[in-house]
Amino acid sequence: MTITTAQMRRYGKPVIFFLLMVPALWLVYNWYLAFDYKPNGLGFNPQETSNRFSGDWAMRILLITLALSPLAKILKSPKPILFRRMVGNFAFFYACLHIASYVWLDMLFNWPELWKDVLKRLYITVGMISFLCLVPLAITSTKGWIKRLGAKTWQRLHRLVYIIAPLVILHFIMMRKGFQLEPLIYGAILATLLAFRLPKFFRYLSRN
Amino acid sequence: MLIKNYKPWQLRENDVTEQKLYVNRRSFIRGAVGVMGAGSIMGATSAHAAFLEEKRKLAPYEYSKTSYDPAEELTSEEAITNYNNYYEFGTGKGDPAENAWRLQPKPWSVKVDGMVEKPATYAFEDLVDLKSLEERIYRLRCVEAWSMVVPWIGVPLSAIINKIGVQSGAKYVAFETLADPKQMPGVRRRVLDWPYLEGLTIAEAMNPLTFVAVGLYGKEIPNQNGAPLRLVVPWKYGFKSIKSIVRIRLTDKEPVTSWGRSAPREYGFYSNVNPEVNHPRWSQASERRIGEFGRRKTLMFNGYAEEVAHLYAGMDLKANY
Repeated sequence: MTITTAQMRRYGKPVIFFLLMVPALWLVYNWYLAFDYKPNGLGFNPQETSNRFSGDWAMRILLITLALSPLAKILKSPKPILFRRMVGNFAFFYACLHIASYVWLDMLFNWPELWKDVLKRLYITVGMISFLCLVPLAITSTKGWIKRLGAKTWQRLHRLVYIIAPLVILHFIMMRKGFQLEPLIYGAILATLLAFRLPKFFRYLSRN
Repeated sequence: MLIKNYKPWQLRENDVTEQKLYVNRRSFIRGAVGVMGAGSIMGATSAHAAFLEEKRKLAPYEYSKTSYDPAEELTSEEAITNYNNYYEFGTGKGDPAENAWRLQPKPWSVKVDGMVEKPATYAFEDLVDLKSLEERIYRLRCVEAWSMVVPWIGVPLSAIINKIGVQSGAKYVAFETLADPKQMPGVRRRVLDWPYLEGLTIAEAMNPLTFVAVGLYGKEIPNQNGAPLRLVVPWKYGFKSIKSIVRIRLTDKEPVTSWGRSAPREYGFYSNVNPEVNHPRWSQASERRIGEFGRRKTLMFNGYAEEVAHLYAGMDLKANY
């Protein structure tokens, strides 16, 4: 039995949507418990936990977005691409949660300190740049914008993700103290996903 | 925490449980889960929790109260013993509490060498006078911009330095943490160049505030907090307060420190708490007191300026960070 594209749209999308919501629901629910002085999963430094948790998921989901077209190639089926816009928008959604966690819960809207942090701490500058680059991609993710920009321009714009993803990993590596394995594992996954694009990239270079 | 008071006639767990089984209890439980099937996971988890509480019995200490008390609310014992930076047991904040049961703090000895009058390998009990323990309630400020208030028990470092004797010409004290991959799973990863190294000037070491803690909250210090003896330098960032010390060396050259070697631009030899000198990656102007929601302003020398500012008179604190 094969699953048709229509079935995938109808049932697959809500399932994936719900799965991608789970971490956000967990985070919001635990903050609700924390504000209520109830035992919660955020630990002894809830702000640190929520900054890291939301950032981890934004990065993971961004990597999933980048994994869909290689997956389509491997499966020899265009079906994974059906989910790409939704997954990509979820990456942006978690990036927004990440910023909200930092600006609101951690820094309590202390704008002068925040501004200094963004300018002076290179890893925050890098993170902020990658977030700002994500914004136009999220805005232009609709069918209307593809039409308005034209497919070619739209695609060129969305290649920004190949700059965003390495910046995100860099942001993660710079945040950690000492020589730590975890960011490098994410870096290796990104490198693998980018390697899938190399043939196309070289063709693109030889054409220009 | 579960505190069990045993009657002399009661059997202890270690009288009925083979040590091999106890040490490998996790794989034993995992095996048991496999055998009993998924239905028993709940039972196994509570058994697991019971084992964890059995980690190490922390004997109470006799100690005298002192006036070193900032009169601020103490951080809970649960937070102090479960939220730790001790990379030898893993880089996660919860890793030390989970992994430090492997550490064997008894018996313990400390190698004392370099420019000292009485170089030797001292037994823990010979180096620390357990009859003159005192309590010190200190603020602890981590370089990651969080802080705690901790009731330590121990002796001034100066008592130990006086015991081992300082040769003339010695200017610095260098400390070293145990680095045994069998007891410390984090040492297998090269997050830092092990063993962990720290140091103080002699003047800093002899300051009355500088403390060697062997206890916490009235009892022996838990493994994840640096058993059996650790340094506490309350006006410096937490990483200066080296844990589970196995070597003390006096020298006339500024000793290498682990974080200084790993990132010299970020971690200087002095590393005094200073809201005006920022870490390249974090602002040090404010901090989060564990247990509080908002942020507090960070105090110069972590609020101990009166006791220690004279040590740095005339020194450019921006250059000597």
